Amino acid sequence: MSKRRTVDITDQQLKAINDIIDKYKDMQGALIPTLHDVQEYFGYLPIEVQKIVSEGLGIPLAEIYGVVTFYTQFSTQPKGQYTVSVCLGTACYVKGSGKILEKFEEILGIKAGEVTDDGMFGIEACRCVGACGLAPVAMINGEVYGRLVQADVQGICDKYMNE
Amino acid sequence: MSMVNITIDGKPVQVPEGTTVLEAAKQVGIDIPTLCYLKGVNEIGACRMCLVEIKGAKALQAACVYPVAEGNEIYTASPVVKEARRINLELLLSNHKRECLTCVRNKNCELQTLAEELNITDLEFEGEKCDLPLDETSPSLVRDPQKCIACRRCVAACRNIQKIGVIDAVNRGFTTTISPAFGLGLGEVACVNCGQCLVACPVGAITEQSSIRQVWNAIADPDKVVLVQTAPAVRAAIGEEFGMPIGTAATKQMVGAMLGLGFDKVFDTDTAADLTILEEGTELLQRLQNGGKLPLITSCSPGWIKYCEHYYPDFLDNLSSCKSPHEMFGAVLKTYYAEKNNIDPSKIVTVSIMPCTAKKFEAKRPELGDKGLQDVDYVLTTRELAKMIREARIEFTKCEGEFESPFGPASGAGVIFGATGGVMEAALRTVADILTGQDLQDIEYHDVRGLQGIKEASVKVGDLEVKLAVAHGLGNASALLDKIRAGEAEYHFVEIMACPGGCVNGGGQPIQPARIRNWVNIPQLRGQALYEEDRNLPIRKSHKNPVIMKNLYEDWLGEPGSEQAHHLLHTTYTARDKF
Repeated sequence: MSKRRTVDITDQQLKAINDIIDKYKDMQGALIPTLHDVQEYFGYLPIEVQKIVSEGLGIPLAEIYGVVTFYTQFSTQPKGQYTVSVCLGTACYVKGSGKILEKFEEILGIKAGEVTDDGMFGIEACRCVGACGLAPVAMINGEVYGRLVQADVQGICDKYMNE
Repeated sequence: MSMVNITIDGKPVQVPEGTTVLEAAKQVGIDIPTLCYLKGVNEIGACRMCLVEIKGAKALQAACVYPVAEGNEIYTASPVVKEARRINLELLLSNHKRECLTCVRNKNCELQTLAEELNITDLEFEGEKCDLPLDETSPSLVRDPQKCIACRRCVAACRNIQKIGVIDAVNRGFTTTISPAFGLGLGEVACVNCGQCLVACPVGAITEQSSIRQVWNAIADPDKVVLVQTAPAVRAAIGEEFGMPIGTAATKQMVGAMLGLGFDKVFDTDTAADLTILEEGTELLQRLQNGGKLPLITSCSPGWIKYCEHYYPDFLDNLSSCKSPHEMFGAVLKTYYAEKNNIDPSKIVTVSIMPCTAKKFEAKRPELGDKGLQDVDYVLTTRELAKMIREARIEFTKCEGEFESPFGPASGAGVIFGATGGVMEAALRTVADILTGQDLQDIEYHDVRGLQGIKEASVKVGDLEVKLAVAHGLGNASALLDKIRAGEAEYHFVEIMACPGGCVNGGGQPIQPARIRNWVNIPQLRGQALYEEDRNLPIRKSHKNPVIMKNLYEDWLGEPGSEQAHHLLHTTYTARDKF
């Protein structure tokens, strides 16, 4: 039903993921810490990786996918080379960060949570980054851009595209 | 257990501590509305339809999960309770695809019933609708996310009862949907098609892939000979569709009504159940005597078979190679019956009425056919047959008819196939006679009857001590197989049925709403109807069925287990991916 690229897991990656599973599998509530560590190691949680976790913890794949899609920290998509994080915390939101997010989505041609086909950009909607004085705020790989208006967005994107 | 005293709407009641408000209210005849609650399956207090007021409590509480405590003063119909329920229901309705007139669950929908009972005549809210498409990837089941109210009864049936879990809640908040992982369809994941999700669904969000239109077309086609058969469990439940009490054996009415639909012949799958016993019994004896793979595990339940292929492929060699009864019958109709009656097999359309949604997938298995013809062309559920009977405006309760020759009537052993333990008991009746060389009179094996999840028995048959186990519901099957795999238990013969209670409680049976299902033991009542029919039949052993022994074996197949029998009546299995 959905389009998906397949991901090959190397033997080394499989071993690393299984080591993480072994660390948690006997404790109650093993799923979330396992997913955190596996995502930290692998970068994201594609179906191939979730199947390994399902097998290892004996939890149905649908349940794992349910947890992964419930929490925004978990991602089923690889991260882009540049991750655009637009703050949707209260202060930024009131100052119009929703419009900033829309502009990034329009220029890059993807929605929040997705990555461009060339793997260069990803967009995330994030919660307060603690720079409310600069609202509305976006960050690109940790670099902060504040007091944004929609007209700024093209220039910011160009800067990374031309790098 | 200590008792507590409470009042509900002013009525004093004494109940054991820990009883829920819902159950306590039931005891004093107070009916609290529910929607997501399915007793023993889904008890999560999610839908908020059963809210009640408890004096001193901060907020309204969900009656289905709130345990009573000494001195509770509970109000189930106060203005604040009624208003809260009404708003919750209106919100549920606000984004529901409200096409009740053309919905398969029209007049049997718990959401529709509640809307009527709560007197909803106008919706204050018009919500944004879900636009996810129909999932038609499965040959057995169809999911409509636009009708789903996210009550999670299906999720619980799949995960908690069947211990499979191919569907779950995905995403969060307004975008929450019930779906397999990664947006896949039910036909693309390791779903076994048992349909326990479907019979748990309060609305029309999960339905069967219907073949009604194809069957009407075949009946209308003068070139086709349409031969229909009905499984044992269908007669024990179809009456419910026409207002008869649960547990009524409506065999005569059902056959009479089917004759009125225009089928060329109406046969009884029980005949093929007798044939299955001869083949499977022979297989058991051969494995016992020649050191074959044990335990032998029954193969009648296609939900169980697919489950075994996905989740326990190391047990595939334990499965009986027998096709399921209706598939055997399909093969017999397109060969033996075609030959005897001079009919071109390609003009025969075989239709099976089954209590089962998994049979729809089974009928499409490429290995279940011969010379380019499938053994069974169409499978209809009990519900679909009832719809056809209503559509034809036949007065079901006034119908009478007998299954047609040359295949009827079947033995009582064939009838009890529809209840958990029935196949085991039917096999024992035959195997015991063969091993002792007698016509044994003590033929009721009560150890394998009943609704205990896993039943074990040891039966002395001649010189042999035969160890048996019966599991129904795949959660129980899984526990039993794990024990066998770990070497903790040894058996000679095991019966497994995918659905709790066996076929009488299958995913193709009439849907009883939670308000009935929560308080009435449906599988037990339907099962009793079959055991009663068995008791009243003159022939109760498969190998005493003259049609099977004379017409099929003597005149045609030779011995049970013969080469011809193997070619037509046996099959093979394939290991499948777990995901």
